Amino acid sequence: MFHRESGYYKTTYAADMALYPLPIARWTVAVIALLMCLAPFFLHEYYISVINLVLVATVGALGLNILVGYTGQISIGHAAFMSVGAYTAANLAVRMDLPFWVTLPAGGLMAAAVGAVVGIPSLRIRGLYLAIATLAGQLIIEWTINHVPWISGGVQASIEVARPTLFGAQLKTQFQLYWFLLFFAVLAIVGTLNLVRSRVGRAFIAIRDHDIAAEIIGINIFRYKLFAFAISSFYAGVTGVLYTYYLGIANYEQFTLITSVDYLAMIIIGGLGSILGSIFGAIFVTLLPIVIRLGMENWGSFLFGNADINNLIPNLRLICFGGLIILFLVLEPEGLNRLWRNIRSYFRVWPFSY
Amino acid sequence: MFDWEFTLVLLTNGVLIGLMYSLIALGFVLVYKATDAINFAQGEFVMLAGFIVAGMLVLAGAPFWLGVAVAVLGMVAFGFGLERVVLRPLIGRPIIAVIMATIGLATVLRGAAPLFFGAETRSITLPISDEPFAFGPFTLPPVQVAGALLSLAFLAAFTWFFLKSRMGVAMRAVADNQQVAMAMGINVERYFAIAWGMAGIVSALGGLAWGALLGVDVHLALIGLKVFPVVILGGLDSIVGAIVGGLIVGVVENLAAGYLDPLVGGGTKDFAPYVLMILMLMIRPYGIFGKRRIERI
Repeated sequence: MFHRESGYYKTTYAADMALYPLPIARWTVAVIALLMCLAPFFLHEYYISVINLVLVATVGALGLNILVGYTGQISIGHAAFMSVGAYTAANLAVRMDLPFWVTLPAGGLMAAAVGAVVGIPSLRIRGLYLAIATLAGQLIIEWTINHVPWISGGVQASIEVARPTLFGAQLKTQFQLYWFLLFFAVLAIVGTLNLVRSRVGRAFIAIRDHDIAAEIIGINIFRYKLFAFAISSFYAGVTGVLYTYYLGIANYEQFTLITSVDYLAMIIIGGLGSILGSIFGAIFVTLLPIVIRLGMENWGSFLFGNADINNLIPNLRLICFGGLIILFLVLEPEGLNRLWRNIRSYFRVWPFSY
Repeated sequence: MFDWEFTLVLLTNGVLIGLMYSLIALGFVLVYKATDAINFAQGEFVMLAGFIVAGMLVLAGAPFWLGVAVAVLGMVAFGFGLERVVLRPLIGRPIIAVIMATIGLATVLRGAAPLFFGAETRSITLPISDEPFAFGPFTLPPVQVAGALLSLAFLAAFTWFFLKSRMGVAMRAVADNQQVAMAMGINVERYFAIAWGMAGIVSALGGLAWGALLGVDVHLALIGLKVFPVVILGGLDSIVGAIVGGLIVGVVENLAAGYLDPLVGGGTKDFAPYVLMILMLMIRPYGIFGKRRIERI
């Protein structure tokens, strides 16, 4: 947060790469943790449900950022991996009555396997071609789920799933789900933080910066590219499972191409190759439609007729959403994370900036 | 017993629809060829053009030629403006920036068009007779024939343009190497704008043809998704490739709908081109007519 960085001398690489860059970071984390623990006791159920959505989106955005932001491989098919996780978990939960601590990793692993297969073209092609290949992956997976009743459960391609049970009690309310989702979101954040400062994470970054050069310095491109796809899809699969438990239903309509674009927008607006950025992006993109709806319901009647407002909201959401993507790309390519760092570095030397 | 007549009907329909796909793919190829930018909003371009034509004809009651002229001019202006405002700042940035910018643009267009033109489906009536042409067993819908002819006309025009005209040669030089082209006194930015403007013309007529075939509403933009198999199969930077790719996709799609649909219960039409595209990406990612790029460090 806002603090001076003078007086701390890092004399080893280990110190430079530590999870907490400065001692004060521990305090920052402690304060945020305390706030997150206290928040649900004071907030209305509706706001908790919004936070829950943000928590789910955070996991997915982190996963996508590992692939796009850190490894530099484009995926327009991430929602498909989420649906793979969601339907795997839903089928396991309904047919075999398995608890969430089995279905959740199973959904993630299944998504990782599918993701690695979709990632195979990345060994030969990159950039635009990879984007189109993953787009095809999205459409093919979507089509398959929609057309194979054995996977999709037949009616409306959706499967109802009971809420997860913990210590014999079912998590029914948003308040209870909050703790469940918070746990996995924190796990995902810490996991990603540790991943990107490890050997694997550095290999990813080297591949992003120049894959041929990375190969020459001895990084096994074949292994690491597929690994990036697998890890990223694992996160996506877990996101799908969490979302399924959150909604109580697995439905492919939650995981269409539009969702893929939503997640890409999160990491673009938040900041590519940044963990804090993924969280910012998840918050921003999740809140955007809610804020637009609130704004239109409260003030929309000044501009438009009351009957029109409900029809306008989805269109306005699309316009704001697309406009923001373009705006960020043109004006602030490093996203919200960069804006946050600018604010921070302004205050770091305040009031004696030169 | 193999039904020849059925197959031939599927093939003719495939060829006609395929040429109409080519019409849209041409816009994509033109932009990629000249500026190396990828237009994920090609379907939305076509939708916008369709909305303009339908808006002029239905809402304003304008004569047909005026509607088309306004659509062409409007789309050219739109292409110029887009290049200037959105794409020029992104020159030299990673490829995902351009991809996401055009996806963002597509989202804006899909949200904004119904606000201006209304959400209901509008029809475009071409000034040709509705009577299908009949050749023996075949009945050819006139809209598709017109679209296919338009596509072939564009093929001829653009082939001439790139081979013979001064502007086309300059554009090829820009596509080949921007720095060298600049050193030879070619105004690279101007040619970028021209490429987007040309994509606008193609999209305007694509919107006219597809709008007449399917009716104009937001779902018209979905044909943009068909562009990718077409351009990957044919080669991203080849005009002939766009035509051939379109033919392949159209034929494959119709054969799949005719022979595979009864087996699996429908929907293979939307699926088969993508499988073909994935195979192509694995074997020959630059397509049948595309130029192979050699990577240098």
